[in-house]
Amino acid sequence: MMVVNENNVAVVCRGVRKSYGTGGAQVIALRGIELEVRRGELMMLVGPSGCGKTTLISVIAGILDHDAGECAVFGRDFKSMGTRERTIYRGRTIGFVFQSFNLLPTLTAAENVAIPLLINGAERRVALGKAKELLAQVGLGDRCAALPGQLSGGQQQRVAIARALVHDPRLIVCDEPTSALDHETGQRVMELLKDVALKQERALVIVTHDARIFGFADRIAKMDDGRIVKMIESEDELGDLRSAAVMDTAAVLNTLETTGSLT
Amino acid sequence: MNLVALKMLVGDKLKYIALVAGVAFAALLITQQASIFNGFSLQIGAWIRDTAVADLWVMDDQVMFDNDFKPMSDTALQKVRGVDGVKWAVPMYKNYLRVRLPGGSMVLSRVIGLDDATLTGGPPEITSGKLADLRADRAVFISEDQAKDMLRLKRGEDRPLRVGDRISINDNDAVVAGTFKASREFFWDPVMYTTYSRALAWAPRERRVLMYVLVKVAQGADVRAVQETIREKTGMQALTNAEFDRRSTRELLTRTGILVNFGITIVLGFVIGLLVAGQTFYTFVLDNLKLFGTLKAMGTTNGTVLRMMCLQVILVGSIGYGLGLGAATLAGMTLQSAGLAFKMSWQIPVIGGVGVMCCCLVAGLLGMARVVRLEPGIVFKS
Repeated sequence: MMVVNENNVAVVCRGVRKSYGTGGAQVIALRGIELEVRRGELMMLVGPSGCGKTTLISVIAGILDHDAGECAVFGRDFKSMGTRERTIYRGRTIGFVFQSFNLLPTLTAAENVAIPLLINGAERRVALGKAKELLAQVGLGDRCAALPGQLSGGQQQRVAIARALVHDPRLIVCDEPTSALDHETGQRVMELLKDVALKQERALVIVTHDARIFGFADRIAKMDDGRIVKMIESEDELGDLRSAAVMDTAAVLNTLETTGSLT
Repeated sequence: MNLVALKMLVGDKLKYIALVAGVAFAALLITQQASIFNGFSLQIGAWIRDTAVADLWVMDDQVMFDNDFKPMSDTALQKVRGVDGVKWAVPMYKNYLRVRLPGGSMVLSRVIGLDDATLTGGPPEITSGKLADLRADRAVFISEDQAKDMLRLKRGEDRPLRVGDRISINDNDAVVAGTFKASREFFWDPVMYTTYSRALAWAPRERRVLMYVLVKVAQGADVRAVQETIREKTGMQALTNAEFDRRSTRELLTRTGILVNFGITIVLGFVIGLLVAGQTFYTFVLDNLKLFGTLKAMGTTNGTVLRMMCLQVILVGSIGYGLGLGAATLAGMTLQSAGLAFKMSWQIPVIGGVGVMCCCLVAGLLGMARVVRLEPGIVFKS
């Protein structure tokens, strides 16, 4: 049984392994991940396609079972829970922001935001009321009745962020939150995430390819071939990244290469 | 989450309409065909029910339905009257006779001859004249409805046959003395009533002419016992009104293939509903798989997802069934006004509704199974 200091740590992974398929077709997605995500921090998982980022956040979010090792979210190991218990715990503890927003197209912005509360059994009137408050916080108070198709990409992502926060989760998991957005909109979304999502000591885990937003991270875990090969956490390294991000992506990648963070 | 379920369903308007239309068509097919079948079934025994003044029908044991003319020997009447428990027994003639109308057109009619003394077994509703008028010379009663079509004069004048008209029955003069209304029958030949002796006088000369003996069971006597005794003493079958009705219905439904044909159509209705609803609903699920995955990732349990999908299926089933039933009712009203067989008894919409709803739930099963098996990890695939 895994024992962690829950006071400061949101997510702990020790020796997490995960593979798909068997025999000759087996693909090893995670090869012994060692990771801690602290409360109140923004952790980014970066790396090339196929390095295991999505598998790792799926394991952290309790969506996938890992094959070996231990992974606990606020002291609870998903693998020790039954399916129903796991689903309910995930619904109460974790908020999600997806790459393609995943808003229900036939529901209004307020109704979309209210979904996590409805899932957790809130009354419809109460859920919609709180949803409208969240939309106001993300600057969409006047678009509560709009359908997703009537919103821009940036507005849709802000609705998704509001949805991820409405039920006061302690962990937010974001999968490529800015890849479908232009640079300026992506920057605004990240500012919003960092501003709103990290309140109340929430932890934020972001999977991203987008080097333009590396500068927002408190720590960056560089992954490659199912392992975390580098943890960027010193202020100097992060400062370099933030400066480079102001310029362009190429500069960021160059900075990462220079610091030995990219092999 | 009911709100989410309903909005997911109706938001995709084309699929929603296709779903509802598929169920509505199946419901229309099922209830309309069942009602037409029910109408036919009721028409088969209509004359028996209209004539149900006695307790028993005595007839040759080879008779299978009410238009199956196999006459008995005249002595059967006396034998039946001699059975313990029989209060009274009267003869009835029924057979096809050739009728020539004014103007010369000919029609084959079923002529029913009632007991001269009592006129037992007459039509249920006399609309012109009195039943006793049948005792007048050469008198016949005709159906008011049939007078307007099957007995309509076509040569010379174009009008319904009416009281006072002279007709010829097997080359014997007859006069229309009255009219009646009766339930619509399965067989469409015209029906005429006269007295038993007159019918025998008009009928072709045969040794056996007695078609039925109508029997009233004495008060306190056991009907079953009287039936058995009649069977033993006469060799004839003695059926209650209900038994005769059921036998006729069963015989005609199976002999004509009506049962099989309508059964096939009704089953086809279910199959069509199942296929259309199932295919459309499954497509709806596939199109929304990522959204279902999103809901599961956000904490929606399989139980809740299944309840949502059941709600969607029930909504589609209810609306579709309502529309189909409404259309069947309108179609039925049109059929009835044209005098065609259609009878929607209360069992049809109830059983049809249960059947259609089960059909929809089965149709939704594939989609539900797909969503239950769905890995929430799908949400991370772009």
